[in-house]
Amino acid sequence: MNHLSFPILSTLIFFPLLCAILLMFIRSEGGKNDELLRKIALVASVVEFLISLVLLKYFNDSTPGMQFVEFAPWVRSLSINYFVGLDGISLWLVIMTAFFVPLCVLCSWTYIKEKTKYFLISIFILESAMIGAFVSLDLILFYVFWEVMLIPMFLLIGVWGGERRIYSAVKFFLYTAAGSIFMLVAIIYLYYFSYKTTGAGTFNLLDLYKLNIPITTQLWLCAAFTVAFAIKVPIFPLHTWLPDAHVEAPTAGSVILAAILLKMGTYGFLRFSMPLFPYASHEFIPVIAFLAIAGIIYGALVAWAQPDMKKLVAYSSVSHLGFVMLGLFAFNIEGIEGGIYQMLNHGLNTGALFLLVGMIYERRHTRMMDDFGGLAKVMPVFAIFLMIATLGSVAVPGTNSFVGEIMILVGAFRAYPVCGVFAVSGMVLGAVYMLWMYQKVMFGPVTSEVNRKLPDLNKREIATMLPIAVLVFVMGIFPGMFLHKMDSSVKYFINQYQQKYEMYEAEKSGNPVATHLKGFKIAVDSDAAFHNGVYSRGR
Amino acid sequence: METLNFILPPSNYVAVMPQIVLVATALIVLMIGIFKKLVNASVIGYTALAGSLVALTCVFLSGQQAGPSATFAGMVLNDGFSFFLTLVICMIIVLTILVSLNYGRFFENIKSGEYYALVLFSGVGMIFMATAGNLILLFVALETMSICIYALTGFHKDQLRSGEAALKYFLLGAFGSAFLLYGFAFIYGATGSLDIIKIAGFIKSHPQILHFKFLVAGLVLMIAGIGFKISMVPFHMWTPDAYEGAPTSITGFMATGVKAAAFAALIRVILVPLAPMEHSWVTIMWVAAFLTMTVGNIIALVQDNIKRMLAYSSIAHAGYILLGFVAGTGLAQAGMLFYLMVYAFMNIGAFAVVALLCKKGEEFNSISDFAGLGFKYPALGLVMSVFLFSLAGLPPTGGFMGKFYLFTQALRSGYIWLVVAAGVNSVISMYYYLRVVVIMYFKPQPAENAIVLNSVSPGIVIALAAATTAVLIMGIFPSYFLSLAGNSIFSLM
Repeated sequence: MNHLSFPILSTLIFFPLLCAILLMFIRSEGGKNDELLRKIALVASVVEFLISLVLLKYFNDSTPGMQFVEFAPWVRSLSINYFVGLDGISLWLVIMTAFFVPLCVLCSWTYIKEKTKYFLISIFILESAMIGAFVSLDLILFYVFWEVMLIPMFLLIGVWGGERRIYSAVKFFLYTAAGSIFMLVAIIYLYYFSYKTTGAGTFNLLDLYKLNIPITTQLWLCAAFTVAFAIKVPIFPLHTWLPDAHVEAPTAGSVILAAILLKMGTYGFLRFSMPLFPYASHEFIPVIAFLAIAGIIYGALVAWAQPDMKKLVAYSSVSHLGFVMLGLFAFNIEGIEGGIYQMLNHGLNTGALFLLVGMIYERRHTRMMDDFGGLAKVMPVFAIFLMIATLGSVAVPGTNSFVGEIMILVGAFRAYPVCGVFAVSGMVLGAVYMLWMYQKVMFGPVTSEVNRKLPDLNKREIATMLPIAVLVFVMGIFPGMFLHKMDSSVKYFINQYQQKYEMYEAEKSGNPVATHLKGFKIAVDSDAAFHNGVYSRGR
Repeated sequence: METLNFILPPSNYVAVMPQIVLVATALIVLMIGIFKKLVNASVIGYTALAGSLVALTCVFLSGQQAGPSATFAGMVLNDGFSFFLTLVICMIIVLTILVSLNYGRFFENIKSGEYYALVLFSGVGMIFMATAGNLILLFVALETMSICIYALTGFHKDQLRSGEAALKYFLLGAFGSAFLLYGFAFIYGATGSLDIIKIAGFIKSHPQILHFKFLVAGLVLMIAGIGFKISMVPFHMWTPDAYEGAPTSITGFMATGVKAAAFAALIRVILVPLAPMEHSWVTIMWVAAFLTMTVGNIIALVQDNIKRMLAYSSIAHAGYILLGFVAGTGLAQAGMLFYLMVYAFMNIGAFAVVALLCKKGEEFNSISDFAGLGFKYPALGLVMSVFLFSLAGLPPTGGFMGKFYLFTQALRSGYIWLVVAAGVNSVISMYYYLRVVVIMYFKPQPAENAIVLNSVSPGIVIALAAATTAVLIMGIFPSYFLSLAGNSIFSLM
């Protein structure tokens, strides 16, 4: 437990909301105060990020439990509580959320010309909800934040989006809402189940972890949670909303969507469905692993075929998130840490790519690769940043994704070697389409006269990109700095998982279902193997 | 001479104070209406408002009196349930009058004394429905309410569809009343009493009567009769036409007040005396709940008229509330009351916004009329979005909490598939609520025939602000309201 007397998590959740309310009272008729609004938003979001860095200072990485816990009864009659806390798994995700919001404000400085005030308000409400969802330890609280997230994102796509924005916004909303309603029913069932078994119904996640849920029930509940999270991740074949939403959303919307909202799904698996339903999750491994592989390869192939850069990046997300899922469902420390690390990496790289695509779209109002060529000569700074983002995305050694993907692959090879083989092919394909795009857009002769006069990145844009570019290398060269913080939480997670799984299996012993699982020997001693040089960390 | 010795039964006039105030106000309003030429027309509306506010204050002052009691020879029940419903209905009346004040600026006839008197009288009917301890009083109250509402539905005398709506509503409503009365007759035949408490006692002491055909027939007919009023499928056919044709201020009143009163009556007659017959009515309610929400939501998907859409949505909401009957636990019934309260605020709110979009003698009811209003009138867009998201059941609004509460209790009683169906239904409903938001925010306002909001009256601003605040507070801090609803249902006599 941490003894920071200041309610830092509540501050992180509600400070953006407060900013949103403040912005509401600034008049903005005819856009005359837009500049002021943007400045306030930038300052506020930077302050939020600085507050989130305080977490790092006081975070105790030797305990696996929840830290900075705050608890207050919310609805007593249903025992719903305002219960928030943070551990090694959610720490970086919260910081990353706070990190991206200022960049989104910056990248929208000139991109968003209309209704700036409402745009900024939406971004802040979104930030509140995202951070809230990452730190909620009460299922209903989580569900509330999870649903609240939908509305501002829906508005971001629908109001400031491209041509097919209405279709995309509604599709995004309905897909996610449809998935989460089953989760709600499952949450209520869990409450009811805890009421039946312990006599006191609870939505408290930490209490629910301790439940011993019968296997059939577990399978159903896990399926409900899985659908909700799988849509959000998105796992193939539930991904169809993603390219639409990404392509139509404004740059800031795409960045938040790719960097943070998608992580909500993978985080949901890690925080909710896997520890709550260990046996069912284990049963689902073959399905999830297959779909993850399918997503990796399918996403890569479809990305390769895209003429539109933004669509290419969007489909590459499907592929990368497949990797994350593969890592998480390997259920060993390399896989899970790699998965979490890759969540952050994907956020950075894809966020950077969306930002860069947005910048070039702002100049040329097209994203078709055929309209470009030879931009490296015209826009050298842009070329450098795009190079960094591309290299990060294809996992070149020294960049962040390399660490993440290697860890995932090590984890995957240990858990299910065949899947590992297929996953590697995804890496190769990733290099193909990313470099192919880079080559088409950047090298060769300048094909169009218009492109010859394109201005290079200005100071604001460089300021937007620089932090990401630096982090890509920092995270690639010193991964230990980041991984160290999550070590004990992940170890504890795996430990708990394995204990519970063995318990269920013992309960079921003699049952033929368990036999085919023998292949997956989940080892706690993987820690030792891990530190003995499977992947040596730059601590 | 002894026969003429009329003894007034000991009566608790405080218990019916809100009704007395409302009737008195209605009479005064009618009087003022006669001297319309002498006084400013707006005096009528403000008098009605003042009267309903006094009634609301009376409810608050009387509070939840110690212990439930029957008064007026068992005619009126004075318990926590009565308090809660009277409170909700008085709030609905106040909000309706506030909406009407603004609506009356577009339609001359709304300003008349009759209009406000009818609203107040039907309000009295609603309150008596919720507090009746005797089936005859319940029926009289229902008729008082219904006849006033029929007349109000046809209040746009110059519009054909208003008259058509009133006639349809009246004819089908008359059928409903007949069913109800027939049901009461059967119950009287089976138990020998019309007094709800005596019926309950009789059934308790004669359990063999539960399989008596008369009682079952009475139950079914009664559910059908009240089913008309709550627009339960398959008795919902009148709803869209009546809602569309009625003046918008009245549509909101009908959708909330009538529904609250009818649900209150259903709870009173079914849950208390007929509770031992649960095995008979749970199945009926199960099927009715499923059909009502599904039919309501699916037909609402294709509506282009916002009043019709909200009409179908109100059918669907009746289905959600019926879940409370199916679940059968005390907490589920509390959930029904909570939902009725939230529903009153969000639905009146939504209709109030629709009632704003008018010009002299004409309503704008097409969903496409909302195009571009979200950014042109940010406050209007915001409150409408809150109401719609609440109707769709998204957190952090009261609509979410209400649904969540009902779902929880239904699941607790083991109706998993019904809850799943309700969940699927709420996703379906999101589509059409979202459509309005989409049109408000994502579509530009058409160049010609653009809707311009003239200066809005302070009354409607207060009404909208109050409804929005209530919806949000009931979503974020529901504890107080849940315990209020819980207390009221547990003190049910």
